[in-house]
Amino acid sequence: MRETTAHQDFFRGVWKENPVLVQLLGLCPALAVTNTVLNSLAMAGATLFVLLGSSLFVSLLKSLIPNEVRISTYILIIATFVTIVDMALHALAPAVYGELGAFIALIVVNCMILGRQEAFASKRPVGRALLDALGSGAGFTIALLMMGTFREILGSGTLLQGTPWVFNLFGPNYEPWVIMISPPGGFFTLGFILLFMGWREEKKAKKREIRHWAHSLQATARKEAA
Amino acid sequence: MMGELILILVSAMLVTNFTLFYFLGLCPFMGVSGKVGTALRMGLANIFVMTITSLVASFLNIYVLPHAPYLRIISFIVVIASLVQIVEMVIKKVSPALFRELGIFLPLITTNCAILGLAVFQTGRGYTFVDGLFYALGAGAGVTLALVLMASLREQTELSDVPAVARNMGLVLILAGTLSLAFMGFSGLFTS
Repeated sequence: MRETTAHQDFFRGVWKENPVLVQLLGLCPALAVTNTVLNSLAMAGATLFVLLGSSLFVSLLKSLIPNEVRISTYILIIATFVTIVDMALHALAPAVYGELGAFIALIVVNCMILGRQEAFASKRPVGRALLDALGSGAGFTIALLMMGTFREILGSGTLLQGTPWVFNLFGPNYEPWVIMISPPGGFFTLGFILLFMGWREEKKAKKREIRHWAHSLQATARKEAA
Repeated sequence: MMGELILILVSAMLVTNFTLFYFLGLCPFMGVSGKVGTALRMGLANIFVMTITSLVASFLNIYVLPHAPYLRIISFIVVIASLVQIVEMVIKKVSPALFRELGIFLPLITTNCAILGLAVFQTGRGYTFVDGLFYALGAGAGVTLALVLMASLREQTELSDVPAVARNMGLVLILAGTLSLAFMGFSGLFTS
């Protein structure tokens, strides 16, 4: 495995290898509960907690876990932390728990978390594993907030609904796009974000190509002059 | 009684479709929906695992969870994963042909959100053993339907002139959104 710096470990997950937007992992929660900003934040926070906890334990116990049953062990560790989050949210924030419902339990099968354990935490020291978990968790949060903000603004015309700081953006005459907060809206929002990212990627590639072409032209001109 | 069971089955299949309404099992939905044949086999394997899951979940709900409610998530995932593993071995031994058809998908499906989702939803709604079985069949049929529809759409787009920007998953998600929109129409099926 190639050595990486601590800085790389953290920032890789945030944007360049963003779990949702680039790797398309953990799509179920990213689509299912992002109909408001508050729900997105709660889901992202719960996932971040599970990711940090399981990365810590997997990294600490990596020399004790036999290779043959490692996946099952990771799943057990993850499931333990999900149970903690599930019970904590149930007790502390019943309203949010009611909204997210079964999707909290489904954090267990978020492939992003298992992926980080298998690819990173099981091979690296504790500090780096935590940094990587923080980075991926931050990337997941960014993606969920992007979707949640977009969907809530268009779908309800508000921001931070369900909190005391609710904004009513467009006034009472706004006709909300109900479709954005219903399931198809989730698919469309992520689809548009991915299309936009593909478009940017293509523009960048084209720019690179032109620069490359210009360089090679210069090189041949120089050679001919010489 | 029978009417209620049919209602559970049809509504799990069409109205609250696992893939298009709850967004469960999106990884296979994106991953293996390139060809209709593969998608169909994946769907059938899903029905199979979901039925087993439903049985296990009912069993756990009756005998284990009343005594230890905090074990809900852990017991579901562990018991389902190991049972599917056992079933996989049995199929491999008994019917190699069936194993070739479904085999590679079984381990993939086990840690799939749709399976755990089925167990959790079934528990949350307090379904009995028979209810759960019909729910699992409906959910599995719904997943199969979504997979096959998606695969046929993608086979069509394969041949058409798609702009380069949309060659990543963006197009698939927009297609899925359109399918989901169509399935929302089914919510008018039952008026209560």
